[in-house]
Amino acid sequence: MLRSPRTLLSVTSAALLVAGLAACGGTTKDSNTNSGSGTQASAAADPNAAVKEGLKIAFLPKQLNNPYSDVETGGGKVAVDELKGEYKLVGPNDASASSQVSYINTLIQQQQDVIVVAANDPNAVCPSLNQARAAKIKVITFDSDASKDCRDAFINQATTEGIGQSLAKMALEQAGSDGGEIAVLSATPNATNQNSWIEVMKTELKKPEYAKLKLVKVAYGNDDDQKSFQEAQGLLQSYPNLKVIVAPTTVGIAAGARYISSSSYKGKVAVTGLGLPNQMREYVKDGTVTKFALWNPADIGYLAAFAGAAMASGQITGAEGEKFKAGKLGEYTIGKDGEIVLGPPTEFTKDNIDQFNF
Amino acid sequence: MSDTLQKSSDIDLDKRPENGRATAIKSRLTSWDSIILVLTVLVLIVASFSVENFGTSRNFTFMVLDLLPIILIALPMTMIIVTGEIDLSVASTLGLTSSMMGWLWNQGLSIETIIPLCVVIGAICGVVNGFLITGLGLPSLAVTIGTLALYRGLAFVVLGDGAVADFPWNYTGWVTGTIGGGAVPNVLILIVVLALIFGIVQHATPFGRSLYAIGANAQAAHFSGIRVARTKFWLYVVSGAVAGLVGVLWTLRYSSARADNGSGLELAVVAAVLLGGVSIFGGKGSLPGVLAGVVLLTALQNALRLEDVSGQALNIVTGSLLVLSVLLPNITTAVRGNYHRRRLRQAASR
Amino acid sequence: MTTLSLHAPAKNLLKTRELGIVLALALLIAYTAIDNPRFLSGQSIRDNLLNTAILAVMATGQAVVVITRNIDLSVGSVLGISAFTVATMMSANPGLPMIVALLAGLAVGAVAGLVNGVLVRFGKVPALVVTLGTLYIYRGITYSWAGGSQVNADELPRHFLTFANDNLLGIPWLVLIALIVVGTGSLMMRNYRVGRELYAMGSSPAAAELAGIKVARNLLGAFVLSGALAGLAGVLYAARFGTVDAAAGNGMELNVVAAVVVGGVAVFGGSGSVWGAALGALLLTVIGSALAVLDINQFWQQAIVGALIILAICADRLVAVRIARSLRKRDAHV
Repeated sequence: MLRSPRTLLSVTSAALLVAGLAACGGTTKDSNTNSGSGTQASAAADPNAAVKEGLKIAFLPKQLNNPYSDVETGGGKVAVDELKGEYKLVGPNDASASSQVSYINTLIQQQQDVIVVAANDPNAVCPSLNQARAAKIKVITFDSDASKDCRDAFINQATTEGIGQSLAKMALEQAGSDGGEIAVLSATPNATNQNSWIEVMKTELKKPEYAKLKLVKVAYGNDDDQKSFQEAQGLLQSYPNLKVIVAPTTVGIAAGARYISSSSYKGKVAVTGLGLPNQMREYVKDGTVTKFALWNPADIGYLAAFAGAAMASGQITGAEGEKFKAGKLGEYTIGKDGEIVLGPPTEFTKDNIDQFNF
Repeated sequence: MSDTLQKSSDIDLDKRPENGRATAIKSRLTSWDSIILVLTVLVLIVASFSVENFGTSRNFTFMVLDLLPIILIALPMTMIIVTGEIDLSVASTLGLTSSMMGWLWNQGLSIETIIPLCVVIGAICGVVNGFLITGLGLPSLAVTIGTLALYRGLAFVVLGDGAVADFPWNYTGWVTGTIGGGAVPNVLILIVVLALIFGIVQHATPFGRSLYAIGANAQAAHFSGIRVARTKFWLYVVSGAVAGLVGVLWTLRYSSARADNGSGLELAVVAAVLLGGVSIFGGKGSLPGVLAGVVLLTALQNALRLEDVSGQALNIVTGSLLVLSVLLPNITTAVRGNYHRRRLRQAASR
Repeated sequence: MTTLSLHAPAKNLLKTRELGIVLALALLIAYTAIDNPRFLSGQSIRDNLLNTAILAVMATGQAVVVITRNIDLSVGSVLGISAFTVATMMSANPGLPMIVALLAGLAVGAVAGLVNGVLVRFGKVPALVVTLGTLYIYRGITYSWAGGSQVNADELPRHFLTFANDNLLGIPWLVLIALIVVGTGSLMMRNYRVGRELYAMGSSPAAAELAGIKVARNLLGAFVLSGALAGLAGVLYAARFGTVDAAAGNGMELNVVAAVVVGGVAVFGGSGSVWGAALGALLLTVIGSALAVLDINQFWQQAIVGALIILAICADRLVAVRIARSLRKRDAHV
């Protein structure tokens, strides 16, 4: 009896080893040159090409059930209707890297013309997106970019610098002239956007005008309401002198504001960052939050749909300097690395918040 | 310490529904694994004809890739559940090996060293489970819920929330590629080879039969000379090693080593195994049934997605199938039992 | 008569089991407080208790189910469906009083629990399978119903949101409800006939049936209780967090089972206590916030919880072996 389990083990492990060693060599991180980039469609752009009707444009946000994504894709639907195309919205229930891949595969099978995707992980979706592009589907990323070599264009909500600077500026305003301790309540520690904004913000804080601000901690609420709530709570326990919580994520700022407004810190600790007016209205009105910022998410989806349609019609290829018209938003020019920047963020205060409904 | 070993298993016995007499009839007429096999074939045929793009070779590749992790982990899980135990830590083992893979890669080790090392790491996770369960006689459900949290936690400690992505193309490409660029995915060979090995061991060796003996009555198995503890211990080691291998494959498929890879997969695997007709109390079930269960779930998911049915609805289908897979045979048994009794009564009154 | 003499040493040893959690808790709090005295501030204690409340309510129901040698994995999904139902109801009818919300949550949960119980008892489907299935089904129903929608704090009536923070004699309602639930649960399991019957069912289901215990009624009751309390937890969740979507409480079942196991309820039934499970919930919550305060990498939290679960079952095993040994000795003397 003793031998059989061992046999099972050894046979299994032998099989596993054979499988693992199928391609021998000795590839290490240093010797590895990744050549897995997709084949770029090399057709020349024809700026005068008419935008086709009946294009199948599919939106794949990071996850469903996220009010922010809903607003973005809502804008996309408006644009697809204007373009007389076929709109489709699919997405996983959790914002995990791998769950998006199955959806991309399905969209390839359904032969969509354009996939507009917000990548949960810049690399995990890459092989599938390249398969899509090989199947002549145009891939536009929005909200959160995938690697440059596996998409045709990226709709950037605002430049990274612009957001980082705006976050630092709002933090200073909220802390007042005396400055003090500030903390960041971010999404997940590997969220592409948030990390690059926080980096810019940190560089910005080194400048003399920010000398009185001290960034004590970057906490991560994983874009989970409950976790963000508890992280906000943990921040105040660890740093009793905290003046401002800067949350560059809509989930984080809402949870942070909710905690502060219900705790004894209300009025002493300010919350600012990037948030949705509808979620923040209550806390702006009760005085917990005086100012926060965001671009109009609906415009991102709107712009992405127009960029995708222009590309599928052959108007643009994603090369720098190409121009296309995006309906009510006017004309856009493609920047470096296929980036299309939406515009500067809007700041919300109690005076203007009621003009926005998203 | 032999008394400690049997605690978990002999307790299971009296939880079993009291249908000893009916078992024979039941297994002949309503063997769930044959029902599930037929059901799977039916779903595949119907979907091929009625769902656009379902029967294409590319879709076949996608489906194989989607079922790869579940089917591989289900192989040793079937054996473990047949012996009346459970391993809920598999998905966390997968996550830990994925994290370790990224970490080791960042340390500059070669991928050819890392892959076997990751399988060994998985096996070590299995050794810990096996020791706690058979060495200390702790209940496997509680132990593996504990190691589920522990291994996943360690995965985060190793790699944080970061991701390592720059794995060599010839490896990541192999996992997602097909043989000669045709319709047969490379990983299908791996699935077939491992399924054959596990199938033969489980159904055509004395060792395999001893698993059923243990599941049916661990005490009796012990007294008839089967080394219950040792067998279970090695099953956990194999389960860990396979989970480690799947961690490697998962990482390569998504070219992304992350601590949260595969989270929640343990429930999908257990659901597939139970759907395949394996009794949660052990002693009953077959590997072909389990394979059919995995294929059924994946094919349904794929077809529904192609038809733009939301993934949410699939949750309901999976859950219902799971409950029905046990409920239906029980109901048929009960109905047959009633019928049998009534006939006996009629015979007696005549 | 042996049952009587059996209970005394068992009880004493189990008492030390819960004492162990209290000690661990005291050590942890003392250590954290020395490092950062603010850990003992009023706000901090209040936060910890508020965070424990929801988990403790669910752990109470789970403890009862586990004591009968069953398990309820669907509690996270039941929390989700109840939270979404109640949040939708309250945003549509802002005038409804809080008590209606609480009752609605209890009712939704009770129905979900009843389905579990019926399938386990009359379908003869093992609890693990049933509740794993309903974990998917209830979550799927919530997802299909909610679609992408979410109920935001500003859509909910004021009195509903402030409920989580309102006090009665300085104790937040949330904590008070948790205390009542845990207290009533403990009392029922310790001092009432039905409680002792549930323990008997967990110790030996077959013997319990032969002894004339109404197994079916009790088992249904246990599942309905667990479901109802998960439903109640859903209302508390909605009130406390304000934002409710279809994913509310996702994966929470593992925390609840962990709390119960750490609290000394054996997964094979028949032993443990409700207040032990509640202590387990408190310990898990305090560990989480202590790590944040001690500035230990939050990634360690899950690993520590895992290690703690294993430690807890090892301790239970040790206790069980010691009881068995002392019983054997006693038998030898007789």
